[in-house]
Amino acid sequence: MGRYVARRLLQMIPVFLGTTFLVFMMVYSLPGDPIKAMFGDHAADPATVAHLKHQYHLDMPWWQHYPLYVWQLLHGDLGQTFGGVDVSQVLSQAFPVTIRLALLAFVIEIVVGLGLGLLAGLRRGKVADKLVLVFTLLVISVPVFVIGYICSTVFGITLAWTTPTVQDSNNLGQLLLPAFVLASLSLAYVARLTRTSLVENVRADYMRTAMAKGLPRRRIIVNHLLRNSLIPVVTFLGTDLGALMGGAIVTEGIFNVQGVGNALYRAIRASEGPTVVGIVSVLVIVYLISSLLVDLLYAVLDPRIRYA
Amino acid sequence: MRGATQAKWAMAAAAVALAATACGGNAGSGSGSGSNAAVDPKGTFSYQSSEPQNPLQPANAMEVGGGRIIQSIFKGLVDYDPATGKIRNQVADSITTKDSKTWTVKLKSGWTFHNGEPVTAHSFVDSWNWSANVKNNQINSFWFSDIKGYSDVHPDKGDPKSDTMSGLKVLDDHTFTIELSAPVSYYEYKLGYSAFSPLPKAFFTDPKKYGQQPIGDGPYKFVKWEHNKGVTVAAYDKYAGVDKPKNGGVFFKVEATGEAAYQELLSNTLDVMDLVPASALATYKTDLGSRAVDQPQGAIQAISFAMYNKDWQGKDKNLVRQGLSMAIDRDTITKTVLQGSRQPADSWVPPGVAGYKAGSCGDACKYDPAKAKELIKQGGGVPGNKITILYNADGSHKEWVDAVCNSIRQATGVDCTGDPKPDFKTARDIITQKKATSLMRSGWVQDYPLNANFLKDIYVSGADANDGGYSSPEFDKLAHAADKATSIDETVALYQQAEAQLAKDMPSIPLWYYKSTTGYSTSVQNVKYDSFGNPVFTQVEVKKK
Repeated sequence: MGRYVARRLLQMIPVFLGTTFLVFMMVYSLPGDPIKAMFGDHAADPATVAHLKHQYHLDMPWWQHYPLYVWQLLHGDLGQTFGGVDVSQVLSQAFPVTIRLALLAFVIEIVVGLGLGLLAGLRRGKVADKLVLVFTLLVISVPVFVIGYICSTVFGITLAWTTPTVQDSNNLGQLLLPAFVLASLSLAYVARLTRTSLVENVRADYMRTAMAKGLPRRRIIVNHLLRNSLIPVVTFLGTDLGALMGGAIVTEGIFNVQGVGNALYRAIRASEGPTVVGIVSVLVIVYLISSLLVDLLYAVLDPRIRYA
Repeated sequence: MRGATQAKWAMAAAAVALAATACGGNAGSGSGSGSNAAVDPKGTFSYQSSEPQNPLQPANAMEVGGGRIIQSIFKGLVDYDPATGKIRNQVADSITTKDSKTWTVKLKSGWTFHNGEPVTAHSFVDSWNWSANVKNNQINSFWFSDIKGYSDVHPDKGDPKSDTMSGLKVLDDHTFTIELSAPVSYYEYKLGYSAFSPLPKAFFTDPKKYGQQPIGDGPYKFVKWEHNKGVTVAAYDKYAGVDKPKNGGVFFKVEATGEAAYQELLSNTLDVMDLVPASALATYKTDLGSRAVDQPQGAIQAISFAMYNKDWQGKDKNLVRQGLSMAIDRDTITKTVLQGSRQPADSWVPPGVAGYKAGSCGDACKYDPAKAKELIKQGGGVPGNKITILYNADGSHKEWVDAVCNSIRQATGVDCTGDPKPDFKTARDIITQKKATSLMRSGWVQDYPLNANFLKDIYVSGADANDGGYSSPEFDKLAHAADKATSIDETVALYQQAEAQLAKDMPSIPLWYYKSTTGYSTSVQNVKYDSFGNPVFTQVEVKKK
């Protein structure tokens, strides 16, 4: 097990380098000149442009710039935004907000998604099952930004239970509404996955055995049925944590949450290479670690799976 | 002079108050849309902003986010009266010249920076020298290019030869002279731009730290900058200007999207809006009632011809260009597609700008499909019978470009299509490299409210923003003469003559003027907007809670 984990952690290094390189190249090859665009409709003054380009190393070809970037990265220097702010500072402000939002959404997704899935799966064909199927279908088919605007208007303005946008991005209570919106799509997937998986496993041989043994219903469901049914759900949840963090751009925009999504969007618009690479690299690490955790969880759920 | 201005303001305020109470009844929103509520002079309000892209240094803010914050923290020699757009003295006591080339500036005493340091002639001269220096990477350094010796501190290549511009001379603590390399008869108008703000001594010891915690001499002093959240400024009690703040301070709140900001405005969690998003244009007047603002702005939208392309050169091609202009139904497009957020243009200079001449575009800006067809035929037709309009797709331009094209197609049969580029910087790259072939979107927001800004900076041969590459000896001659004039009135008149030349040559088609379509919450009143589209921060009154 320890060796497996060590190997997986070592594998992260080339993956990390590869992604930073790809993202770096993508930003590098974006059309348009970010420095000249700072001048708006005025003509860019060539001397100032040359100086600024030199300052941000934009006058180098990529094969000089990328190694320099990695070299600085190894020394803990993530570079600066065009506004002169350290990228590390941008990251340390945006990530706590997004992590809170994503974790909150993640909890909602697990609690509500699993709950609905269990309800539907155990009462297959009944009214509750039908209702859950219709509800999740609705959530999956309506785009997130529509759900977001509706929630913002209904809860923020019509009912005035809360403010339509988030006033303090660090306040958990205020993040609840955007977290629900962010979680809605995944929540529907989790519910449907759980339901399908449960329905399949209910007919399995081991279930009949457990029932024939006369085990209490609760024990059958939790220890036998649920544990076996959760493997596909856990796979989904693991990859979804990363998606929740990186995919919050739309939700963050609607609710004015100053998190990673907004920071990334701004950085891409401004072709701010160091910021984009910095944010995406952290997101990649989050993906890698959460998929490692998922793989380790398999072994917990199904003792037949062993890592060496 | 000062008394008169104050009285005018009071009158205006009273008029607005009366109008507001009258409308308040009709709108039926009841609670607090009237202006009789008690005012809290220490009350603060929030304003829709965006994260400044650069450190907060006066010569480094080109974009709106940082620009407005800088304007509230700093005050230069002059500014423009928000009600009339006329130039008025602030730190300057007088700015005089005999030949439009050497200007003598006398300062008022009693002005201080927020750290207590007095504002002197050195504060200005040192600031300008620093900002112009190419080593300091200031985006607005080209604003100093009129001053003699600019090329020494800002050479096209290499390091500066000097740290100071020879055209700036300090005579005593409250007097300095500016010598320009060529006459600019309206130079005092330029001095109102925020790049010309003074800087305290503290700045020069650590400009980088200062950019995060600026110290200015304006109506508001900097309190804190929470990145991606907002910038807080508070009223400066020793402010010496004519526009003393009527409120306790402003929170420049970073808003991710205009839509989010509008939702906040509706729920009173945001007080003053910058601009209503396109999605709310149809409803904002019913949503806000008397709190909706709709007034002209000193900005114009035009489409320019790529005059460097052979297709648009030749003796009679100006007729074709006039014909195309005549084929655009500006009235209908501004009313329908743009939902009344723009005003049809009949000149190259927007109203509210000194020197605006109504109808200077003449018949060419009046919709007349029959005559349009005739003129195009007379001029030899559009090459290939096809035009494209280049624009950036990230700025909600698609709707009107398509509408303009439809109008041209229906009126004249000329095939017209939009040519979207993914974002502003991509479009600008193509335009500045002169690679556009047909027509391109060109917008201009005033730097200062004088017609010269809309004419010289865009249409003089080789001008910085002359994207279309227009070059007319007659226009250049008039502009040159205007710059040498000895009075503003003469300058304005000569530029008006130059504008008439544009009507003949039609190097660009004026489409419409921008308007400030915006609004404010129920917790503030007396919110006015100047011709730059900025709310007049100092005039905003916060109601007692």
